[in-house]
Amino acid sequence: MEKLICVCGHENPAGTKLCGKCGRPLTEEAKESKIVDMKYDGAAIRSKTRNKSIVDKVWNFFSSVKVGIALIIINLVAASIGTIFPQEFYISVSTEAEKAAYYEDTYGSIGKLYYELGLSDVYNAWWFQILVGMLAISIIVASIDRGIPLHRSLKNQRVKRHESFMKRQRVVAEGPVANGDPAQTLNMIEEKMKSLKYKVRRDGNALLAERGRFSRYGPYINHCGLIIFLAAVMLRLVPGFYVDESMWVREGEVRAVPGMEGYFIENEAFILELHDNEKTENQELQGVNAVAKNFQTNAKLYKQAEDAVPGQTDNLELVKEYSIRVNHPLQYEGYSFYQMDFRMNELSVMNFQLTNKETGEALGPVSIDLTNPQDEYIINEQAKVELLGYYPDFSGFENGEPQTLTPTPNNPAFIFKMTTPEHPDGEVSFVAIQQTIEPNGDNEYKMAFQGVETRNMSGLTVHKDSSIPLLAVGGAIFMIGVAIGSYWNHRRLWVEQLEDGTIRLAAHTNKNWFGMKKDLDAVSEYAKLPKYLDQSEEIEEKEGDSAL
Amino acid sequence: MSLIDLSGNFLFIAFIAYLVGTLLFGGAIKNTKPDGAAKRADNWGKLAIIVTVVGFLAHLAYFITRWIYTGHAPVSNMFEFTTAFGMFIIGAFILIYYMYRISALGLIALPVAILIIGYAAMFPSEADPLVPSLQSYWLTIHVITAAMGQSILAISAVAGLLYLLKAVDPKSKTKSRFWMEAVLYFCFLVVGFILATVIFKGMGYEANFSYVNAQGKELEITYNMPAVFGMNDYTLLTDGKMEPLVEMPPVINAKKLTTVFWSFVIGSVVYLLVRLISRKRILEMLHPLVQKVNLNLLDEVGYRSVLIGFPVFTLGALVFAMIWAQEAWGRYWGWDPKEVWALITWLFYAAYLHLRLSKGWEGKKSAWLALIGFAIILFNLIVVNLVIAGLHSYA
Repeated sequence: MEKLICVCGHENPAGTKLCGKCGRPLTEEAKESKIVDMKYDGAAIRSKTRNKSIVDKVWNFFSSVKVGIALIIINLVAASIGTIFPQEFYISVSTEAEKAAYYEDTYGSIGKLYYELGLSDVYNAWWFQILVGMLAISIIVASIDRGIPLHRSLKNQRVKRHESFMKRQRVVAEGPVANGDPAQTLNMIEEKMKSLKYKVRRDGNALLAERGRFSRYGPYINHCGLIIFLAAVMLRLVPGFYVDESMWVREGEVRAVPGMEGYFIENEAFILELHDNEKTENQELQGVNAVAKNFQTNAKLYKQAEDAVPGQTDNLELVKEYSIRVNHPLQYEGYSFYQMDFRMNELSVMNFQLTNKETGEALGPVSIDLTNPQDEYIINEQAKVELLGYYPDFSGFENGEPQTLTPTPNNPAFIFKMTTPEHPDGEVSFVAIQQTIEPNGDNEYKMAFQGVETRNMSGLTVHKDSSIPLLAVGGAIFMIGVAIGSYWNHRRLWVEQLEDGTIRLAAHTNKNWFGMKKDLDAVSEYAKLPKYLDQSEEIEEKEGDSAL
Repeated sequence: MSLIDLSGNFLFIAFIAYLVGTLLFGGAIKNTKPDGAAKRADNWGKLAIIVTVVGFLAHLAYFITRWIYTGHAPVSNMFEFTTAFGMFIIGAFILIYYMYRISALGLIALPVAILIIGYAAMFPSEADPLVPSLQSYWLTIHVITAAMGQSILAISAVAGLLYLLKAVDPKSKTKSRFWMEAVLYFCFLVVGFILATVIFKGMGYEANFSYVNAQGKELEITYNMPAVFGMNDYTLLTDGKMEPLVEMPPVINAKKLTTVFWSFVIGSVVYLLVRLISRKRILEMLHPLVQKVNLNLLDEVGYRSVLIGFPVFTLGALVFAMIWAQEAWGRYWGWDPKEVWALITWLFYAAYLHLRLSKGWEGKKSAWLALIGFAIILFNLIVVNLVIAGLHSYA
């Protein structure tokens, strides 16, 4: 590749703005500017040097800071669109048709459009994910493009810089030492700058004081962290890395844990506690009668014996007992159980009496477990009740057949066949809440309703996310990088003592000129240096903006 | 005196101190004559910062006593959070003041905090019991860190506003002049909201309505301002109160819209009165006050505030938020509106920092960006909490 040879003899890669050795401006633009562009210290960045192959073009596109900013803004706008109406995963309907209806009913035609454009699930949209991906590529490419040349030029810094470099810095000074011994000036500068925690290097009559160089790496460190973070998010797609299941467990029930083979969880009790405070003004405004204080599931986690058949619940070994509360999940071997939902007073048992309608004589009680009904309930040798049909969530008849909406016993209905001494062949009866149909005419016996037993049900989610450690590493690296780049800054002071004893100096910092100038004030005062000038303020004044 | 009353008194002292502080900062920047005025201004400035620090300490005393009283960090409802936000803005201002010693910043920062506290005071100040998801030490850590980050970022807007007050010429007809006036007009709207709430509360205005919500359920609602907009299918239940002029569809909360309407009306009336009396734009009135400030330095203060605030904000509003979300709900990110708007704020300031790399995005443009950033923060505070439904909704 073409090289740029500076007047000083140093070979610079093409695209270099400021000679890596002496700092002389190499490009026309740099020569004409009053204050040189110190981004990347004038080093050649790949995207500015090659533009031939398609790879170069793609590279150049993604390395551009402008493109990066544009991608940030586009992502920002896309993300904000998703907050106009609630996203699909926050509304409690499941089918596509119900979702479409929800958005139209609740938000009118705008809601319908929102749904049809796919904005109701924008964060899972392919184009949104591509946008995030492009931003990630931009971060990687721009960091490599700029980070490596910057690192090289910072590593190979010469102490002595050419006049044309010094004079084009923002803060400069030139002139004789005010009073005292000029021979001592450089020593005094060195002494003072060292006391200000600068690293000082000398080369003949030149001096370079530098502090906080590592802060220049902050942005690259935080970009690394971001990339690790985003990679960790992608890991979710790897099978087995991520488990996200939800389950309902009734009190007293032992259930296999979805996504966690060989484990069972038992809900011993679900507890709901309310605050007993007087209603506050905010509660009035929001129409909340009582504020929940605690949602808790007393749970037992069991492991199946090694040689057990899947699903078998004998010989379970208790591995953990825990009160799962909001903010306090049960944690076991990378899996966590969260308290997410509950349902109070679900019907669990219905009690009946097999009764003679006329005499009122009861033959015996029948108690039906609504989640696990038996086929047959034997009362005595001559009397039994067969369960011909069970509809846990009875919703009416269709073609004469009873229908159930869900498998949850919200509105249980039964078809009983009652065998009694008088009717050894049995009488059939359809029984639902407040409804009895006797298909074969008048029965002699009925299942008299006695009462119900209820229990609570706990909604838990089971999570495993093996990407969390990597996410944490990415997040930590990002925070460290951001802190380094924000709370420290790179300050440099170049000084050259000319042959007649006068001093020429130039200062640069990537941020915090205020701090740089404070240091300059201190060293100027101490070593009696000529007064420095901020050339950017000079420009501003010339442009007619009076900086009083 | 009970602890909660004591706490309220501390807040009142802080409020008064900020008012006095504003006036003192006004004195500190007003030196036009050379005859020892600089010295006098310096004294005003010293007094101003002392009063501000005293106010801040009183504010802190409010915060701590309320914390002891309620048993949790007082950042759990709109009143508490917004009051704390005001406190952190003052804290951030004091921090930046001691770094750069620019008195003129106080002239903007204090009124901003006063407006924010005034706004907070319009919400019920009663302590609410905590729902289970908020019962965590992460409430303290996450909310306080996020609020601190936002407050430091807000100082960049304070510096930006000051920058533009000087840099935008009130005499020439430019877009900047229009938008600056718009920003100042917005401040009047906040005043309008406070006045509307106070006036109608003072009158004891109350009108009950029944209405039908989007799910077809019949509910009741109490308006504390004359109902300009009526809820969907409303019926006025209180005798002798104003019937709404317009009925809104169920998706719009007409009560909140009515509040917005009255804030606009009263804020605009106040604005017009000031304009009529002074016969000047607000910008024109403030412009001469800030001639002393150094634009280069202000630009740096703005940039520096973003640099200091950005990591704090990231830590509080994203990192701690994710840790807590993981612990409470089992997912560190759920695209809840508040989460998304925290991300948007973060992306915006990331764009700000990257734009500083390009030439030309310093000075005026940077100042405008800082103002937009603060607008996003306020949007996240006001609109996301009060209008958009989500896990962080307050009312």
